Amino acid sequence: MEYQGKDVFRQIGVPTTPQGRVARSAEEAEAFAAAFGVPVMVKAQVLTGGRGKAGGVKYCADAAAARAAAESILGLDIKGHVVALVLVEPASDIDAEFYLSLLHDRVSKGYKVIASVEGGIEIEQVARDTPDKVVQHDIDPTKGLDLAAARDVIASAGLPQEAAALLVTLYEGFVATDATLFEVNPLIRTKDGRIIALDAKVSIDGNALFRHPDLAALDSSDDGDSLEAQAKAQGLQYVKLDGDVGVLGNGAGLVMSTLDVVSQAGGRAADFLDVGGGADAEKMTEALSLVLSDPQVRCVLVNIFGGITRGEEVAKGVLAALERLGDIPQRLVVRIDGTNAEEGRRILTEADHPAVVPAAKMLEAAQQAVALAGKGSAA
Amino acid sequence: MSILLDSDTRVVVQGIGSQGTFHARRNADYGTKVVAGTHPKRGGSTWAELSVPVYTGVADAVAKEGANTSMIMVPAPFAADAILEAADAGVDLIVCITEGIPLHDMARVYNTLYPRRDDGSFTREGRPVLVGPNCPGLISPGKANVGIIPGEITRPGNVGLVSRSGTLTYQIMYELAAAGVGISTCVGIGGDPIIGTNFLDVIPRFVADPETEAIVFVGEIGGTEEQRVGEWIAQHAPDTPVVAYIAGYTAPPGKQMGHAGAIVREGGGGGETAADKKTALEALGIAVGTNPTETADLMIARLAG
Repeated sequence: MEYQGKDVFRQIGVPTTPQGRVARSAEEAEAFAAAFGVPVMVKAQVLTGGRGKAGGVKYCADAAAARAAAESILGLDIKGHVVALVLVEPASDIDAEFYLSLLHDRVSKGYKVIASVEGGIEIEQVARDTPDKVVQHDIDPTKGLDLAAARDVIASAGLPQEAAALLVTLYEGFVATDATLFEVNPLIRTKDGRIIALDAKVSIDGNALFRHPDLAALDSSDDGDSLEAQAKAQGLQYVKLDGDVGVLGNGAGLVMSTLDVVSQAGGRAADFLDVGGGADAEKMTEALSLVLSDPQVRCVLVNIFGGITRGEEVAKGVLAALERLGDIPQRLVVRIDGTNAEEGRRILTEADHPAVVPAAKMLEAAQQAVALAGKGSAA
Repeated sequence: MSILLDSDTRVVVQGIGSQGTFHARRNADYGTKVVAGTHPKRGGSTWAELSVPVYTGVADAVAKEGANTSMIMVPAPFAADAILEAADAGVDLIVCITEGIPLHDMARVYNTLYPRRDDGSFTREGRPVLVGPNCPGLISPGKANVGIIPGEITRPGNVGLVSRSGTLTYQIMYELAAAGVGISTCVGIGGDPIIGTNFLDVIPRFVADPETEAIVFVGEIGGTEEQRVGEWIAQHAPDTPVVAYIAGYTAPPGKQMGHAGAIVREGGGGGETAADKKTALEALGIAVGTNPTETADLMIARLAG
């Protein structure tokens, strides 16, 4: 979120707004504004853009105004994110607004600077409406970005020359913090001529957090879906979706494909869950209980391809997980394919567990799961 | 023939812990020549489970055992250095199985392995081939298997397979094998945003390989590499039977679907969704399956017809 992004900017030396404070209530916001004693901005702290348009950013001349602003912003739904925090910070006198960002680019296999004289609006919109106002520059990670190159980029984008030094600082911090995105929108020139970051959007590579334990907090979000947060803590790859067929399988591609097949069978998946390699009883128990803790799930489709993990081990893992979980109202369509798949299905059939429906083919399994979800959970 | 991997492949394993040993043992049992392991402190000893020497570095394995391929199984924080060490040692093929390598590390590794030219293209000629990271490896059935692909689910044949996903690839190979269709080489290129070998580094090799008659490629949401593959095939190999599969038709924008690279950017440029990719490929005359079974069936039908 913005306040965390600005903390990162302050650490790496990128000039930004005066230090603000994060409020959880209108009373807190009022008190912070009163303590600042100057006009403030009250800004919704959510992990999405378009806050201004949604009424989530307000200028407040005094503490009473800050209270009223916080009242209207807290609880606001911005693109599915409910505002729980507002940032209260001294307002800046804006002379001009620009756009500046640094990001990883998979196409050029390096980093990219994007700069524009059009700040304060979404860059995608600028790129659509006035593409000539968006300047992009690739950076070779083995060479970096020096001041001369930064000056060229800044000049070609039409930004004030002083922004070049800020860009170099931004770049050095981007590398030092293993960031995948630094977006400054807007970058502003104040009326007294300073160039500062008025907003900060920062994403740090989760795979690099072992080098940055202090930045781990950025990775966890206050407004994150609780099931997703729980999955993350357990090291499971889980994405909550909005259907009623719970899906779990091994391998990201296979699970993605399973979601597609559920949709082709006329249903809607409730989640994406990759249990990864192995799929032993313990992993299966964790994964199943996570999927089942979503109240929308009316049936679960377990889709496992046995490679090195053989079919009979998968079957035993599923049965052991069910034993640990006890009685569950939902049925499980279990589809095992690959190495020793027949043996796995035989084990499931012989166990004759009331919750388990064995299946052989992916599409058939999805059709069964969708039909069972349609009948409801009282099976 | 096959591509990248054959019976002359001689493998040195970087990362000889329990996982590395487990998979190297399976690769050796398949018939792959695993000739050495490396470990910074255990040089001079014997890797008991494989009955081959352990060296402190890859260079020794190249000089003394004739290693020409490295399989990397070291933990993510050490993987970037391991890749560069293998490249410096002069192996032809580096297969990096390790997942979770920081993006900045891979950006640096890629640009070091394949120096960037002024026009933004990369120098790949004369450089080692890096497959992965975060990939299942490669198999040329009946010849060699380097990585974690279960060799028992496939058989030798004439279809070249290249994929970003592991289990999905296994599923398709398995269904092809059940219909009697074998594989010349299967390359799992991995699902990370920056990978050493992409579809277009593999597919021209398949087209040039006399033993590969048809190609299946398995993509997913994110990026637009699949479209470039389609354009290349339409231009350079219009007569080669090619079938594609794209996973993630129902993936919501802005969410990462397991693989770090598998994400449809919110408000991002077009072409990143599975439907966009399918439409673009079909317009170029490439058949696209909507699920793994249909994809295998399309390939089987092309070969029979």
